[in-house]
Amino acid sequence: MSAVPALVARDRGGPAQPLLRVRGLVKHFAIRKTVLGRADAVVRAVDGVDFEVVKGETLGVVGESGCGKSTTARLLMHLIAPDAGETLFDGEPVGSKDLGLRAYRRQVQMVFQDSYSSLNPRLTVESSVAFGPQVHGVPKAQARDRARSLLARVGLEPSRFAERYPHELSGGQRQRVNIARALALQPRLIILDEAVSALDKSVEAQVLNLLMDLKNEFGLTYIFISHDLNVVRFISDRVLVMYLGQVAEIGETEDLFERPLHPYTRALLSSMPSLDPDLRTEEAPLAGDPPNPINPPPGCRFHTRCVFAEPICAQREPVLVAGEPGHSASCLMVEPASGHSRAPVAGDAPIPA
Amino acid sequence: MASLVENTILPPTVVRGGGYWSGVFRRLRRDPVAVGAGLVILAIVLVAILAPYIAPADPYRASSLRRLRPIGTPGFPLGTDELGRDMLSRLIYGARLSLFMGVTPVLIAFFTGSAIGILAGYVGGRLNTLAMRTIDVFYAFPSVLLAVALSGALGAGFGNALLSLTIVFIPPIARVAEAVTTQIRSRDFVEAARASGASGLTIIRVHILGNVLGPIFVYATSLISVSMILASGLSFLGLGVRPPEPEWGLMLNTLRTAIYVQPWIAALPGLVIFITSISFNLFSDGLRSAMDVKN
Repeated sequence: MSAVPALVARDRGGPAQPLLRVRGLVKHFAIRKTVLGRADAVVRAVDGVDFEVVKGETLGVVGESGCGKSTTARLLMHLIAPDAGETLFDGEPVGSKDLGLRAYRRQVQMVFQDSYSSLNPRLTVESSVAFGPQVHGVPKAQARDRARSLLARVGLEPSRFAERYPHELSGGQRQRVNIARALALQPRLIILDEAVSALDKSVEAQVLNLLMDLKNEFGLTYIFISHDLNVVRFISDRVLVMYLGQVAEIGETEDLFERPLHPYTRALLSSMPSLDPDLRTEEAPLAGDPPNPINPPPGCRFHTRCVFAEPICAQREPVLVAGEPGHSASCLMVEPASGHSRAPVAGDAPIPA
Repeated sequence: MASLVENTILPPTVVRGGGYWSGVFRRLRRDPVAVGAGLVILAIVLVAILAPYIAPADPYRASSLRRLRPIGTPGFPLGTDELGRDMLSRLIYGARLSLFMGVTPVLIAFFTGSAIGILAGYVGGRLNTLAMRTIDVFYAFPSVLLAVALSGALGAGFGNALLSLTIVFIPPIARVAEAVTTQIRSRDFVEAARASGASGLTIIRVHILGNVLGPIFVYATSLISVSMILASGLSFLGLGVRPPEPEWGLMLNTLRTAIYVQPWIAALPGLVIFITSISFNLFSDGLRSAMDVKN
């Protein structure tokens, strides 16, 4: 494919530079307003999120519903404005002179969960895919050619599918169209927000394989948001666990799944259904609903449901600390000398996150 | 259902022509009520256009000798009015003004109201609140009262009646436009279009208009009947068309003195108004359901 050299040429900082670096991302939603329009209650959907996305990797993002995964995706896409925090794309702050929003959006695209709602019902799939390039000045005929070749690449024969309307396609086919549309701008990073969650298992596997092939072919980087731990483990190089708008744990997929540091991650992992009867658990690993994000609990946000919770957990807010190289968690049991009885002793040199 | 059957019968490599609107037309054709109403509207429009060729007599020629002849009088199939003018000819010529006064305000209000509503709905936030609250002020008055008040304030006359009717119809159309736009705007494909870096106007043109104009148009069609009745009402009150112009509302007004002498003739303009407005209503109903089917 001719697209690949172009992508390499766009690489600025080399492979060591993270493709995306997010610092202190915050988004609060005012849900009740007083007569004067002042916020009365605030949902802390995303509350101080830091992470990096390495070039060429797939970063899985997991967490319960309502933990801020989708809000994070929309913030990264700049579909909603953050209250605080900055995003650096390949070293450049997004929205700066060197990297305007329009240029950034060319390089970052998104695939949404609802394959029907994310396609315009009045446009043929070819027009939907060709729309993005046309916006960026590609002539109509050329944009249509590109759309057709991308449809072919995602497994939809253009002569059969290009002229169809979204309601004439199945869920899996529609999601392939959405992937083609995301690829049409030749992005470097694709955010997949529950992109396969609504598909049935066999179709899901096909689309996952397609995504892995496309990643190699076009040199893409993925942020893969899902609540399905098996899928995340299958596709991700690294995994980020979110809880109530914050990063609970982040690390290499195998490290995180084999040696989870955060009790929340442990609970999540033990909730995975297993086919092995010996590994099956009868009791629920996590009791109760997540606390209300309007008034998150003080200290560690997980202490209300944590089996290791101690009084210190309700007072001191943990920070993201590395428990082992490249594997961090925000838990007082990982933070040295935090006051938790299971915390490492102060003498152990902490590994910087 | 039928499109499903077609899909399975056609060989899959055939590119099926026709998009959304041909499907709407196909479903509309299968609705007998809508087809009937559409034919009635078509007939009325043709009558209005061809009035000089169809009308058996001059609608203005009065004669004090043949006032209020009953229906079926030789030479006057629908009788004569209180000044002895041929009722049939006046009803035929009346279609011109009455249709014009029914359609024009709605058409102008369709464009202005849609523009206001779509823009407010797409931009959202404070601008939307401001626009919609302003619109709500107009909404607070019953439409008849508003039309009469505006018309009275502007002064009697044909142009002012049209203007006041247009002003009456802008708020409800803007309301509907805003509601539909807000709903479409929250769909992921609009987000995806924003994510591709498209400007607001491009998104409205490519992704919003096609999805909202249909429902707004259907709603506007249903207002034509209201507009005709309001226009007739204004003429009836002496605020719209002036005598001796033939217009159905005005005819209803001037014939009211004859209601005890010739009740059927006095009721004729009302009957025509009723038939026309109910045809527009039924047709817009059919259009709505034809546009609703998606899967």
